[in-house]
Amino acid sequence: MKHKLDFKDYNEALKQDKLLGLKCKQCGTVTVPPKIACGECGSTNMDIVKLSGNGEIQTFTTVFVPPGGREAEIPYIIVLVQLDEGPWIMGNLTSIDTDKATMDIIGKKVKMGHAVFPGDIYSAGDGARPLFSLEA
Amino acid sequence: MLASEEKAKKLTDKPVYIVGVSQASAGNLLSQKGYLPRLKSRELSVKQAYDMAGLSPKDIDVCELHDCFSIATIIALEGLGFFEFGKAGEAVEKGETKIGGKIAINPSGGLKAKGHPIGATGTAQVYDIVKQLRGESGERQVEGAKIGMTDTLGGDASTVVNLILRRGW
Repeated sequence: MKHKLDFKDYNEALKQDKLLGLKCKQCGTVTVPPKIACGECGSTNMDIVKLSGNGEIQTFTTVFVPPGGREAEIPYIIVLVQLDEGPWIMGNLTSIDTDKATMDIIGKKVKMGHAVFPGDIYSAGDGARPLFSLEA
Repeated sequence: MLASEEKAKKLTDKPVYIVGVSQASAGNLLSQKGYLPRLKSRELSVKQAYDMAGLSPKDIDVCELHDCFSIATIIALEGLGFFEFGKAGEAVEKGETKIGGKIAINPSGGLKAKGHPIGATGTAQVYDIVKQLRGESGERQVEGAKIGMTDTLGGDASTVVNLILRRGW
Protein backbone atom coordinates (compact mmCIF):
# COMPACT_ATOMS: atom_id res chain seq x y z
CA MET A 1 0.00 0.00 0.00
CA LYS A 2 1.44 3.34 -1.01
CA HIS A 3 1.21 6.60 0.93
CA LYS A 4 -0.90 9.20 -0.87
CA LEU A 5 1.48 11.82 0.49
CA ASP A 6 4.80 10.71 1.90
CA PHE A 7 6.88 12.58 4.44
CA LYS A 8 9.54 13.45 1.86
CA ASP A 9 7.07 15.43 -0.28
CA TYR A 10 5.43 16.95 2.80
CA ASN A 11 8.85 18.05 4.04
CA GLU A 12 9.87 19.58 0.71
CA ALA A 13 6.57 21.47 0.48
CA LEU A 14 6.96 22.80 4.01
CA LYS A 15 10.37 24.21 3.02
CA GLN A 16 8.42 26.35 0.53
CA ASP A 17 6.03 27.46 3.32
CA LYS A 18 3.41 25.14 1.79
CA LEU A 19 1.49 23.07 4.33
CA LEU A 20 0.00 19.97 2.69
CA GLY A 21 -2.69 17.84 4.28
CA LEU A 22 -4.82 14.86 3.33
CA LYS A 23 -8.57 15.42 3.08
CA CYS A 24 -10.57 12.26 3.55
CA LYS A 25 -13.16 11.50 0.87
CA GLN A 26 -15.03 9.30 3.35
CA CYS A 27 -15.47 11.63 6.34
CA GLY A 28 -14.07 15.00 5.28
CA THR A 29 -11.45 15.18 8.04
CA VAL A 30 -8.07 16.67 7.17
CA THR A 31 -5.06 14.68 8.40
CA VAL A 32 -1.75 16.49 8.84
CA PRO A 33 1.15 15.59 9.04
CA PRO A 34 0.47 12.92 6.44
CA LYS A 35 -0.34 9.32 7.27
CA ILE A 36 -1.28 6.30 5.23
CA ALA A 37 -4.91 6.47 6.37
CA CYS A 38 -7.32 9.09 7.61
CA GLY A 39 -6.63 9.91 11.25
CA GLU A 40 -10.35 9.96 11.99
CA CYS A 41 -11.97 7.07 10.14
CA GLY A 42 -9.08 4.99 8.80
CA SER A 43 -9.99 5.31 5.13
CA THR A 44 -7.12 5.41 2.65
CA ASN A 45 -9.31 7.33 0.19
CA MET A 46 -7.83 10.80 0.63
CA ASP A 47 -6.91 13.79 -1.54
CA ILE A 48 -3.86 16.00 -1.07
CA VAL A 49 -4.93 19.53 -0.13
CA LYS A 50 -3.00 22.71 0.43
CA LEU A 51 -3.73 24.22 3.83
CA SER A 52 -3.62 27.93 4.64
CA GLY A 53 -1.28 27.60 7.62
CA ASN A 54 -3.60 29.94 9.51
CA GLY A 55 -4.98 28.98 12.87
CA GLU A 56 -5.47 29.70 16.54
CA ILE A 57 -3.16 28.87 19.46
CA GLN A 58 -4.69 26.22 21.72
CA THR A 59 -1.83 25.79 24.15
CA PHE A 60 1.92 26.21 24.43
CA THR A 61 5.03 25.21 26.34
CA THR A 62 8.28 27.09 26.69
CA VAL A 63 11.25 24.75 26.48
CA PHE A 64 14.35 25.45 28.55
CA VAL A 65 16.02 22.05 28.40
CA PRO A 66 16.86 21.13 24.81
CA PRO A 67 17.00 17.73 23.18
CA GLY A 68 20.40 16.89 21.71
CA GLY A 69 21.39 19.15 18.83
CA ARG A 70 19.08 22.01 19.75
CA GLU A 71 21.15 23.69 22.44
CA ALA A 72 21.46 26.89 20.38
CA GLU A 73 17.69 27.21 20.14
CA ILE A 74 16.71 27.44 23.80
CA PRO A 75 14.57 28.88 25.13
CA TYR A 76 11.91 28.28 22.51
CA ILE A 77 8.15 28.05 22.41
CA ILE A 78 6.19 25.06 21.14
CA VAL A 79 2.58 25.79 20.23
CA LEU A 80 -0.37 23.57 19.43
CA VAL A 81 -2.34 25.35 16.75
CA GLN A 82 -5.84 24.52 15.60
CA LEU A 83 -5.68 25.17 11.88
CA ASP A 84 -8.65 26.87 10.18
CA GLU A 85 -9.30 23.57 8.37
CA GLY A 86 -9.72 21.75 11.68
CA PRO A 87 -6.66 19.66 12.56
CA TRP A 88 -4.26 20.51 15.35
CA ILE A 89 -0.58 20.78 14.51
CA MET A 90 2.54 21.42 16.51
CA GLY A 91 5.07 24.09 15.63
CA ASN A 92 7.30 26.76 17.10
CA LEU A 93 6.19 30.29 17.85
CA THR A 94 8.51 33.11 16.96
CA SER A 95 7.63 36.80 16.78
CA ILE A 96 7.54 37.12 20.58
CA ASP A 97 10.17 36.80 23.29
CA THR A 98 9.75 33.69 25.41
CA ASP A 99 9.10 35.79 28.50
CA LYS A 100 6.09 37.27 26.72
CA ALA A 101 4.60 33.81 26.29
CA THR A 102 1.81 33.88 28.85
CA MET A 103 -1.75 32.58 29.02
CA ASP A 104 -2.75 35.70 27.01
CA ILE A 105 -1.55 34.07 23.78
CA ILE A 106 -4.12 31.28 24.04
CA GLY A 107 -6.71 31.82 21.32
CA LYS A 108 -4.56 34.27 19.38
CA LYS A 109 -4.49 33.90 15.62
CA VAL A 110 -1.28 32.84 13.90
CA LYS A 111 0.08 32.43 10.40
CA MET A 112 2.73 30.00 9.24
CA GLY A 113 6.27 30.03 7.91
CA HIS A 114 8.82 27.29 8.37
CA ALA A 115 12.20 26.45 9.91
CA VAL A 116 14.52 23.59 9.01
CA PHE A 117 16.14 21.38 11.60
CA PRO A 118 19.36 19.98 10.12
CA GLY A 119 18.68 16.51 11.49
CA ASP A 120 20.26 14.26 14.09
CA ILE A 121 21.12 10.61 14.57
CA TYR A 122 17.41 9.74 14.91
CA SER A 123 16.07 11.50 11.85
CA ALA A 124 16.18 10.59 8.17
CA GLY A 125 17.94 13.81 7.16
CA ASP A 126 16.66 17.31 7.75
CA GLY A 127 13.14 18.17 8.82
CA ALA A 128 11.15 21.31 8.12
CA ARG A 129 8.63 22.32 10.73
CA PRO A 130 5.91 24.94 11.01
CA LEU A 131 7.04 28.25 12.42
CA PHE A 132 4.10 30.31 13.57
CA SER A 133 3.93 34.02 14.19
CA LEU A 134 1.14 36.05 15.73
CA GLU A 135 -1.13 37.91 13.36
CA ALA A 136 -0.68 41.62 13.90
CA MET B 1 4.35 -16.83 34.49
CA LEU B 2 0.90 -17.06 32.93
CA ALA B 3 -1.21 -20.14 33.57
CA SER B 4 -4.81 -21.30 33.54
CA GLU B 5 -6.77 -20.86 36.75
CA GLU B 6 -6.61 -24.61 37.45
CA LYS B 7 -2.87 -24.84 36.81
CA ALA B 8 -2.15 -21.66 38.77
CA LYS B 9 -3.86 -23.11 41.85
CA LYS B 10 -1.58 -26.14 41.65
CA LEU B 11 1.59 -24.09 41.15
CA THR B 12 1.13 -21.59 43.95
CA ASP B 13 -1.06 -20.98 46.96
CA LYS B 14 -1.15 -17.28 46.00
CA PRO B 15 -2.39 -17.20 42.41
CA VAL B 16 -3.25 -13.75 41.11
CA TYR B 17 -6.09 -13.70 38.60
CA ILE B 18 -6.49 -11.39 35.66
CA VAL B 19 -10.13 -10.40 36.05
CA GLY B 20 -10.16 -7.54 33.55
CA VAL B 21 -8.08 -6.87 30.47
CA SER B 22 -8.56 -4.19 27.88
CA GLN B 23 -6.94 -2.18 25.11
CA ALA B 24 -8.08 0.73 22.99
CA SER B 25 -6.52 2.95 20.36
CA ALA B 26 -7.73 6.41 19.42
CA GLY B 27 -5.25 8.10 17.09
CA ASN B 28 -2.26 10.14 18.15
CA LEU B 29 -2.28 12.88 20.75
CA LEU B 30 -2.97 15.80 18.42
CA SER B 31 -5.79 14.02 16.62
CA GLN B 32 -7.69 14.07 19.93
CA LYS B 33 -7.81 17.85 19.68
CA GLY B 34 -10.46 19.44 21.88
CA TYR B 35 -10.87 16.26 23.91
CA LEU B 36 -7.46 16.94 25.48
CA PRO B 37 -6.43 16.85 28.27
CA ARG B 38 -8.64 13.76 28.42
CA LEU B 39 -7.43 10.72 26.49
CA LYS B 40 -10.05 8.75 24.58
CA SER B 41 -7.84 5.69 24.33
CA ARG B 42 -7.65 5.31 28.12
CA GLU B 43 -11.34 6.01 28.75
CA LEU B 44 -12.38 3.50 26.08
CA SER B 45 -9.93 0.92 27.41
CA VAL B 46 -10.53 1.11 31.14
CA LYS B 47 -14.30 0.95 30.80
CA GLN B 48 -13.88 -2.43 29.10
CA ALA B 49 -11.66 -3.66 31.93
CA TYR B 50 -14.05 -2.51 34.67
CA ASP B 51 -17.04 -4.03 32.84
CA MET B 52 -15.25 -7.34 32.29
CA ALA B 53 -14.27 -7.53 35.96
CA GLY B 54 -17.64 -6.28 37.20
CA LEU B 55 -15.81 -3.63 39.20
CA SER B 56 -15.60 0.15 39.47
CA PRO B 57 -12.82 2.60 40.45
CA LYS B 58 -13.68 2.44 44.15
CA ASP B 59 -12.88 -1.29 44.18
CA ILE B 60 -9.24 -0.75 43.23
CA ASP B 61 -6.83 -0.81 46.19
CA VAL B 62 -3.62 -0.05 44.34
CA CYS B 63 -2.78 1.11 40.83
CA GLU B 64 0.43 1.34 38.83
CA LEU B 65 -0.38 3.92 36.18
CA HIS B 66 1.55 5.42 33.29
CA ASP B 67 3.10 8.54 34.78
CA CYS B 68 5.60 9.15 31.98
CA PHE B 69 5.36 12.88 32.76
CA SER B 70 3.83 14.70 35.71
CA ILE B 71 0.77 15.82 33.79
CA ALA B 72 0.23 12.24 32.62
CA THR B 73 -0.32 11.20 36.23
CA ILE B 74 -3.15 13.67 36.68
CA ILE B 75 -4.72 12.77 33.33
CA ALA B 76 -4.54 9.07 34.24
CA LEU B 77 -6.01 9.56 37.72
CA GLU B 78 -9.03 11.23 36.18
CA GLY B 79 -9.27 8.97 33.11
CA LEU B 80 -9.22 5.83 35.26
CA GLY B 81 -12.10 7.22 37.31
CA PHE B 82 -10.31 7.69 40.62
CA PHE B 83 -11.06 11.42 40.76
CA GLU B 84 -13.42 13.78 38.97
CA PHE B 85 -12.11 15.64 35.94
CA GLY B 86 -10.25 18.71 37.06
CA LYS B 87 -9.86 17.49 40.65
CA ALA B 88 -6.93 15.06 40.59
CA GLY B 89 -4.20 17.66 41.12
CA GLU B 90 -5.86 18.89 44.27
CA ALA B 91 -6.36 15.31 45.48
CA VAL B 92 -2.68 14.51 45.02
CA GLU B 93 -1.69 17.61 46.98
CA LYS B 94 -4.00 16.48 49.78
CA GLY B 95 -2.23 13.09 49.92
CA GLU B 96 -5.16 11.04 48.64
CA THR B 97 -2.89 9.00 46.33
CA LYS B 98 -0.36 7.98 48.97
CA ILE B 99 -0.13 4.52 50.54
CA GLY B 100 -2.97 4.63 53.03
CA GLY B 101 -4.82 7.28 51.02
CA LYS B 102 -8.01 6.92 49.02
CA ILE B 103 -6.18 4.97 46.28
CA ALA B 104 -2.51 4.04 46.47
CA ILE B 105 -0.88 5.19 43.24
CA ASN B 106 2.49 3.95 41.98
CA PRO B 107 3.99 2.75 45.28
CA SER B 108 6.80 1.43 43.07
CA GLY B 109 7.82 5.02 42.35
CA GLY B 110 6.36 4.75 38.88
CA LEU B 111 7.75 5.81 35.54
CA LYS B 112 8.82 9.23 36.76
CA ALA B 113 11.14 7.53 39.24
CA LYS B 114 12.62 4.88 36.99
CA GLY B 115 11.99 5.68 33.34
CA HIS B 116 9.62 3.90 30.95
CA PRO B 117 11.28 1.40 28.64
CA ILE B 118 8.91 0.09 25.99
CA GLY B 119 7.42 -3.27 26.91
CA ALA B 120 9.30 -3.56 30.17
CA THR B 121 7.13 -0.84 31.70
CA GLY B 122 3.90 -2.81 31.52
CA THR B 123 5.62 -5.98 32.67
CA ALA B 124 7.11 -4.18 35.65
CA GLN B 125 3.70 -2.77 36.58
CA VAL B 126 2.20 -6.27 36.60
CA TYR B 127 5.10 -7.55 38.70
CA ASP B 128 4.63 -4.74 41.23
CA ILE B 129 0.88 -5.28 41.50
CA VAL B 130 1.30 -9.04 41.96
CA LYS B 131 3.80 -8.41 44.77
CA GLN B 132 1.37 -5.95 46.38
CA LEU B 133 -1.53 -8.42 46.24
CA ARG B 134 0.68 -11.11 47.79
CA GLY B 135 1.76 -8.81 50.63
CA GLU B 136 5.38 -8.96 49.54
CA SER B 137 6.08 -5.26 48.98
CA GLY B 138 7.89 -4.51 52.24
CA GLU B 139 8.02 -0.82 53.09
CA ARG B 140 5.89 0.01 50.05
CA GLN B 141 3.11 -2.38 51.01
CA VAL B 142 -0.46 -1.21 50.59
CA GLU B 143 -2.10 -2.92 53.57
CA GLY B 144 -4.62 -5.57 52.63
CA ALA B 145 -4.47 -4.89 48.90
CA LYS B 146 -6.77 -7.38 47.18
CA ILE B 147 -7.45 -5.77 43.80
CA GLY B 148 -4.92 -3.87 41.70
CA MET B 149 -4.83 -2.21 38.32
CA THR B 150 -2.13 -1.54 35.72
CA ASP B 151 -2.32 1.23 33.16
CA THR B 152 0.16 1.32 30.27
CA LEU B 153 0.23 3.79 27.43
CA GLY B 154 2.05 3.88 24.13
CA GLY B 155 2.33 5.48 20.73
CA ASP B 156 1.96 9.10 21.82
CA ALA B 157 -1.18 8.37 23.85
CA SER B 158 -2.75 6.54 20.94
CA THR B 159 -3.02 3.21 22.76
CA VAL B 160 -3.73 2.29 26.36
CA VAL B 161 -3.83 -1.16 27.94
CA ASN B 162 -5.37 -1.90 31.34
CA LEU B 163 -5.29 -4.98 33.52
CA ILE B 164 -7.25 -5.60 36.69
CA LEU B 165 -5.64 -8.20 38.94
CA ARG B 166 -7.23 -9.84 41.96
CA ARG B 167 -6.12 -12.21 44.70
CA GLY B 168 -7.09 -15.74 43.84
CA TRP B 169 -7.08 -16.99 47.43
